[in-house]
Amino acid sequence: MAATQTLAEQLRAQGVSRRGFLKFCAATASLMALPPSLIPRIAEALEAARRPSVIWLSFQECTGCTESLTRSHAPTLEGLIFEAISLDYHHTLQAASGEAAEAARLQAMRDNAGAYLVVVDGSIPGPEANPGYSTVAGHSNHAILMETVEHAAAVIAVGTCAAFGGLPRAAPNPTGARAVMELVDDKPIVNISGCPPIPMAITGVLAHYLTFGRLPELDAYRRPLAFFGESIHDRCYRRPFYDQGLFAESFDDEGARQGWCLYRLGCKGPTTYNACATQRWNGATSWPIEAGHPCLGCSEPAFWDAGGFYQAVSVPPRVNAEALLGAGAAGAALGAGTALAARRFTRHEQQQREPVTVEALEKRL
Amino acid sequence: MPTLESIAPVGDTDTDALPPLPGPLVPLLHEVRYALARLIDEGSEHRIDLHALPLNTTLIDQLLAFIGRGEVEARIDAMGPTRIHESATPGVWVVDYRDADDQRLALHLEIASVPQILRTDRATLNAGLQRLDAGLAGAGDPSPPS
Repeated sequence: MAATQTLAEQLRAQGVSRRGFLKFCAATASLMALPPSLIPRIAEALEAARRPSVIWLSFQECTGCTESLTRSHAPTLEGLIFEAISLDYHHTLQAASGEAAEAARLQAMRDNAGAYLVVVDGSIPGPEANPGYSTVAGHSNHAILMETVEHAAAVIAVGTCAAFGGLPRAAPNPTGARAVMELVDDKPIVNISGCPPIPMAITGVLAHYLTFGRLPELDAYRRPLAFFGESIHDRCYRRPFYDQGLFAESFDDEGARQGWCLYRLGCKGPTTYNACATQRWNGATSWPIEAGHPCLGCSEPAFWDAGGFYQAVSVPPRVNAEALLGAGAAGAALGAGTALAARRFTRHEQQQREPVTVEALEKRL
Repeated sequence: MPTLESIAPVGDTDTDALPPLPGPLVPLLHEVRYALARLIDEGSEHRIDLHALPLNTTLIDQLLAFIGRGEVEARIDAMGPTRIHESATPGVWVVDYRDADDQRLALHLEIASVPQILRTDRATLNAGLQRLDAGLAGAGDPSPPS
């Protein structure tokens, strides 16, 4: 099924006219930050592009990444691109279950060997971890991932869990969670981080692959530069207030009401690279900072362990500003002290941890 | 007697009434001017995606006010509306692509005789011919086209 229809035929089957197709190409170029002079080339390439087979693997995740992509309120560009792929395996969306579902995955791998894309959401308990932490059809996540990527053309890690380990990997990482790029080293990998990721970033990568037959330009964390090339801070509409030194100091003060910069309330915009400020959310209705909440930095590695969400980025966790200034002459000692304190804190938390059994829960209920 | 070429198009042609031009827009308008000159000399077309440039809403509004409106307007309903109008400078078109929720997908300045999306391609012309033939045959045309 995947190789029988071109993308243009697929769109026509959905009632998209020639002019609608040209509009699709114009919007795709804008989505991928390509110059509009490339629209004729994009149209030509998409006319002939075959639907790629996509195998979507869900591991230690919350389904938020799939929700992000599929919960559109109206037919959208990203919806059309998503329709344009041949999604041959996806736990949540597929009708088949059990052995039939696994047979569909193996069939797609055989039919499209060397040409299919693997999309992964969720982190994976590493090879040294107990495989029982997360299994599908009785197989460990690690075994399924390695089997599926063996003949893949490329791997797209969707969401911060697949890209960097995310919440499952937060200290003390009880399941030994790992990111895809730590386990797969012989395939092209694209990370589309975010908790959840921006749907246009997912479909932008798919559209780029459909158009050019290769993956887009990436940053140091293997994220597509078209969406992760600039910081939230640099594209934030509140940036002029930062430049003027006008900050909200609490969530209900005059600065918050005036829409001033949220830096002192812990905004991670200066250290976070993502396209929320330009693409926005829910049909471009708004985004967290516009709603009055600081950026959590969810598209960056280890954001769960990067200190409190409401601590300003220049103040390290558990060390106040005065202590930092006072320790200026002994920076190295402070660094070592902070690391020691962090280890002590982790050890303390581990000692305090109380494993809960089913029996204990039943007694409480 | 005036020739057809000497008749000016209708639109905002009063250059004395032009609104002020903010600094960031000057290089952009030079690009438009260069593209228009190339269209006249070589017939080559050009497009600029304003949505992808670091221009805020105010600057885009100021740009659209500066280039003005000409006498042509069009609307295409395909995957949401696309609104097109010629600026007061003939050959410089504003093409506003919107989705079904009327959210902007792209905003182009297109320097061309006719914007690409308005032209009808050969395959669509053929489809139109077949539709007309079928309609004539269905209406009992005594001399159907061969």
